[in-house]
Amino acid sequence: MSGAATPMTTAREAGLVACTRCTRVWPMGTDRCGRCGKTLVSRDTHSLSRVWAWWAAGLLCYFPANLYPMLRTQVLFQVSEDTIVGGAIELAKQGAPFVAIIILIASVAIPIGKFAAIAWLATSVRRGSRTPPQSRHRLYEIVEYIGRWSMIDVFVVAILTALVQLNLAASIKPGPAALAFALSVIFTMLSAQAFDPRLIWDRAADDSASDERA
Amino acid sequence: MHSTDIARVDPAHLIACPQCDAIYRARMPEQGERAVCARCHTVLIAPRKRAGMIIIMLSATSLILVLGAVWFPFLKISRQGFVNEATLLDAALSFTGGPLLLLSIAVTALIVLVPMARAILTIYVLGPLVFDRPAPPGALRLFALAEALRPWSMAEIFALGCAVALVKVADLAHLSFGPAFWMFAALVFLTVIHDRWMCRWSVWESLEHGYGARRAKAPA
Repeated sequence: MSGAATPMTTAREAGLVACTRCTRVWPMGTDRCGRCGKTLVSRDTHSLSRVWAWWAAGLLCYFPANLYPMLRTQVLFQVSEDTIVGGAIELAKQGAPFVAIIILIASVAIPIGKFAAIAWLATSVRRGSRTPPQSRHRLYEIVEYIGRWSMIDVFVVAILTALVQLNLAASIKPGPAALAFALSVIFTMLSAQAFDPRLIWDRAADDSASDERA
Repeated sequence: MHSTDIARVDPAHLIACPQCDAIYRARMPEQGERAVCARCHTVLIAPRKRAGMIIIMLSATSLILVLGAVWFPFLKISRQGFVNEATLLDAALSFTGGPLLLLSIAVTALIVLVPMARAILTIYVLGPLVFDRPAPPGALRLFALAEALRPWSMAEIFALGCAVALVKVADLAHLSFGPAFWMFAALVFLTVIHDRWMCRWSVWESLEHGYGARRAKAPA
C-alpha cells in the first residue's frame, strides 16, 4: 500500500470520515456516504450498547436452547427426547465420536466462546487492555467468521424432521430448543456485527500515547 | 505533518480501512497483487483479470444450482419397507405449528431466498458493467444490499448439515444422498471461489465512475 512507509493516519485524525461499507472517504461532518448511501459516523458511539443488548438477548436464548429438547424421536412406540448435549453423547455412544465432536464444537464450544470473546472485546475497548490490538482484531475477525456455522444444528433438525417421517417405523419432530438455538445464533451474529472494530485501534493508540507521556 | 499532508488530498482519491480507519492514497495494485492495510492486514483492494465475467458466471451457476436443489431430493431414507425423500423445501418448511413456523421462514430465507437474491443482485449489478454499459438504475443501493446479505447466506452450512444428519440417523434407517446434495456441495466451492474473485473496492469504483474509468490499469 502506498501509505505503508509513512506513519499511520486515521481518517478521524485527518478530519475525515470513512464509509465502513464502501471504504470511500468524506470530509468530517458528512451525514451520508455519497457513493453507497450508508450513514456515516466517525466512531459509532452507540455501538457498545447495541453489542451488549444483542449479546444479552443471545445469552437469554442460549439457556432454553440447552435445557429443552432439540429433537423428539419416535421409533415404533418408543419416544425419546434429546437435548443438544444429550444428542451428542448419544452419537458418541453409537460409535460416531467424530460427528459428536463436530456438534459439541458447533453448538457448545463456539457459542460459549463467542459470548466470552464479544464480552471481553467490548470491555477491553472501554477499559483498555494490555493485549495488542492486532490480536484483539484477529479475535474479532474469527468471531465474525465463525458465528454463522453454529446454525448447523438447526439445519440438521430441519433435515431430520423433513426426512424421517416413516409412519410408525420412525419419525422425528423438532423440539422447542431448535427455535431458541436459532434465535441465540442470530442474536450473537447481530451482536458481533454491531461492534465497531475501529474502537479497538483508537483505544490502543490512546494508550500508547499516554505511555509515551509517562 | 503527515496527517495534514494526506488531509490535503482530494478525499475521492483516498481509501479508508473499514476495520481500523487507517487511510491511504488509493492506487490500483499490479495485476495479481493485493493492497493490504498495513495496520490490521485487512485486504483493501484485490483486482483480478476478467473477475467481473467470472463472478457473473459463478452467480448464474449458483442460481441454477439453488433452483435445482429446491426441486430435487437431497436425502433419501428407507427402513422396514418405508421410503421417504426430502427436498430442500420440505426441510425448510418442516417446522410447522405455533412458534416453530418462524423457524421455517428463517430457514427458507437462509438457505434458499438469500443465496438466490445475492446471485440475482450480483448479476444485475455487474452484468452491464462487464459489457461496458452504464450501471443499471439503483445499482449502488442493490450492491450494498447484496453485501449486507453476505453473512446471512448459509447454503454451504446446510450442505455440511446434510452430512451430519446422514451420520446421525445411520443406525435408525438407511440413508443415501440425492442429486440436490451434490448441487449443494458444489455450491460450497462456488461460494469460496466467488469471495476470492470479488474485489469490492473495484466494484464500488466502477459503479461510481463507470467501468472504463480504471480499466486502463486493471478491469474490475
